[in-house]
Amino acid sequence: MNELTETKNWYLANFEAFENSLNGQKGEPFHQLRKAAIESFAAQNFPTTKDEEWRNTNIAPILKHNFVLPTSSPELKKEDLNSFLIEGFEADQLVFVNGRFSKELSSEYAVPKGAVIGSLAEELKTNPALLEKYFSKLAKPESGIFTALSAAFTEDGIFIYIPDGKVIEKPLYILNITSAGKEKVIVNPRNIIIAGQNSQVKIIERYVSLDEAVYFTNPVTEIVCGKDSIVEHIKLQDESLNAFHISTTEAELGAGSNFSSYNISTGSALCRNTIKVKFIAEGAECTLNGLYLADGLQLLDNHTTIDHAVPNCESRELYKGALNGKSRAVFNGKVIVRKGAQKTNAFQQNKTILLSDEALIDTKPQLEIFADDVKCSHGATIGQLDEDSLFYLRSRGIGAKEARTILIYAFANDVVKTIKIDSIKKYLEKLLAARLMK
Amino acid sequence: MIEIKNLCVKIEGKEILKGINLTVNKGEVHAIMGPNGSGKSTLAQVLAGRSEYEITKGEVIYEGINLLELSPEDRARAGIFLAFQYPIEIPGVSNVNLLKTAVNEIRKYRGEEEYDAIEFLTMIKKKMGVVEMNDSLLNRSVNEGFSGGEKKRNEIFQMAALDPKLAILDETDSGLDIDALRVVAGGVNKLKTPDNAVILVTHYQRLLDYIVPDFVHVLYKGRIVKSGTKELALELEERGYDWVKDECPVGA
Ligand SMILES: Nc1ncnc2c1ncn2[C@@H]1O[C@H](COP(=O)(O)OP(=O)(O)OP(=O)(O)O)[C@@H](O)[C@H]1O
Ligand SMILES: [Mg+2]
Repeated sequence: MNELTETKNWYLANFEAFENSLNGQKGEPFHQLRKAAIESFAAQNFPTTKDEEWRNTNIAPILKHNFVLPTSSPELKKEDLNSFLIEGFEADQLVFVNGRFSKELSSEYAVPKGAVIGSLAEELKTNPALLEKYFSKLAKPESGIFTALSAAFTEDGIFIYIPDGKVIEKPLYILNITSAGKEKVIVNPRNIIIAGQNSQVKIIERYVSLDEAVYFTNPVTEIVCGKDSIVEHIKLQDESLNAFHISTTEAELGAGSNFSSYNISTGSALCRNTIKVKFIAEGAECTLNGLYLADGLQLLDNHTTIDHAVPNCESRELYKGALNGKSRAVFNGKVIVRKGAQKTNAFQQNKTILLSDEALIDTKPQLEIFADDVKCSHGATIGQLDEDSLFYLRSRGIGAKEARTILIYAFANDVVKTIKIDSIKKYLEKLLAARLMK
Repeated sequence: MIEIKNLCVKIEGKEILKGINLTVNKGEVHAIMGPNGSGKSTLAQVLAGRSEYEITKGEVIYEGINLLELSPEDRARAGIFLAFQYPIEIPGVSNVNLLKTAVNEIRKYRGEEEYDAIEFLTMIKKKMGVVEMNDSLLNRSVNEGFSGGEKKRNEIFQMAALDPKLAILDETDSGLDIDALRVVAGGVNKLKTPDNAVILVTHYQRLLDYIVPDFVHVLYKGRIVKSGTKELALELEERGYDWVKDECPVGA
């Protein structure tokens, strides 16, 4: 038996114990969704580099470990979170520790009438019908083994439901903390965001570590953008260099809606983000921007798909990265313009700078266009820091190291500065500067 | 202040400077003129520490130290400033941030305390006055989208802020309109003290009406083929370079 099947069997064997830990829930309709997911999981195999979608990303380092569901959550105090809090930050803070919502650590926030903002586990107890309506509808278990794994072991996550016409002014800061200690844990945060017609919501989904433990984060986020809604989604992954992170984000864009995704990865040993956006009605717009900063032996992989299934939509995508040491990155950006999706505008850019001779990027823009009246462009550049700029800065008395940092910051900040929420943009700029100063 | 002795420089196997000798003392202004491609910018860049150039022979002593051993940043910290012939555009780095970092690095090197935000801004405002710099250029990315003249003015503004001992101005006058030339030259004069020195690279006598040089040198094919006083510049203006070329030593 090879490692792939061994690891698979490990999770299958763990499912029964998980089911039993759910007490009364076993008989509930929602649990049938988990059971369907574990079947789907059983029917799939962990990918190898022979699979086209995983050609450049070998997940063997993840499969080597037998990860377990967290048996306990560490007792954290608010002070423990200080380094992750945003000073003077006008946001409602929802904290998850080892995948479970912590009311104590979260801020008190007001939920407008008709809206739901809170723990998925809580929602499961109080109003499972609403959850069942949306769970696994976009990110289907059969679309990938990690999505199936997530659905089968779903316990908690963020559930956001914004009714028609409601505007949530304050950004929602979803802080996912893992502090595994000696246990090698897997956490499967399951996030669902439903934005009704004409509604607006801004979400920051962040993943961090409290220690240097080896663990595996496998989040899945499903986002429904109703007609004319405006949704901003920032995903920030700055976990420890021993963590593994495989995420899936799927969004569906209704007529006239506007979805922006900012996907920033600086942490973890191996990170794969899959983002899929589908236009299902005309007049919608989406922005997919991303930043990856890697060093040492890190591998950061971003796979994005934008599906122009209907006419008259616009997508803009900018992914930038800077790679140092022996790090590697993968960018695979697929844009599909389906037959009949006329008047589509789709622009995609990927820019990477290699800061060392041993860093490597595999970049692959894929445009699949089946309509004729469209405006599409894509481009990928790979380069080094500009020597003339470096010399110019140094000739002003700025040290070589600092000059490099300034230039990398300027390059990377191109992505961060597109974030529209000012307070968050400033916070991320600070984080970015701090990360580059290291 | 600086003594350049028999400096020979190659780039990509091609010899560009073929034995430059030049001494500049405190309080002096030296003008370097010469036809296109003769090596003026090469000399300027080598003095600022550009590493692409290979120094095959000679030495440069600056304030008693071997300049060629210093990194570009240490040269700047020790008081050398180069105003680039073609200032570099750096998108995403604001002019004011560059200056703030630079000024403080230089102060640190000199054992002075770093400026806080207010002290820095006060100093900057004053220096902006010296070259009549437009406020709006301060927060823009370094030279990005600046007009030719704005770039040159920005170089002199940076010079004013960094307060160098030896300023090397590489064709700072090119691209400036007549009024700007007067302002920028006036700025250079205001910054001039008996303790610092200026090397001006220029093609035009016009600049030398404003910044009067103590010496004028003609650089031709990698050598200084003639030196004189400011009258030499006038003569060059009238007669061109041909007659100096003719005086040039055999083999050049
Ligand atoms: N990186 C390089 N590679 C090859 N040749 C170079 C390089 N840099 C300079 N040169 C050559 O060296 C010579 C001197 O150039 P330099 O820029 O110093 O001339 P200059 O006197 O400043 O001219 P100008 O008056 O036009 O500014 C030129 O022939 C130029 O082409
Ligand atoms: Mg020149």
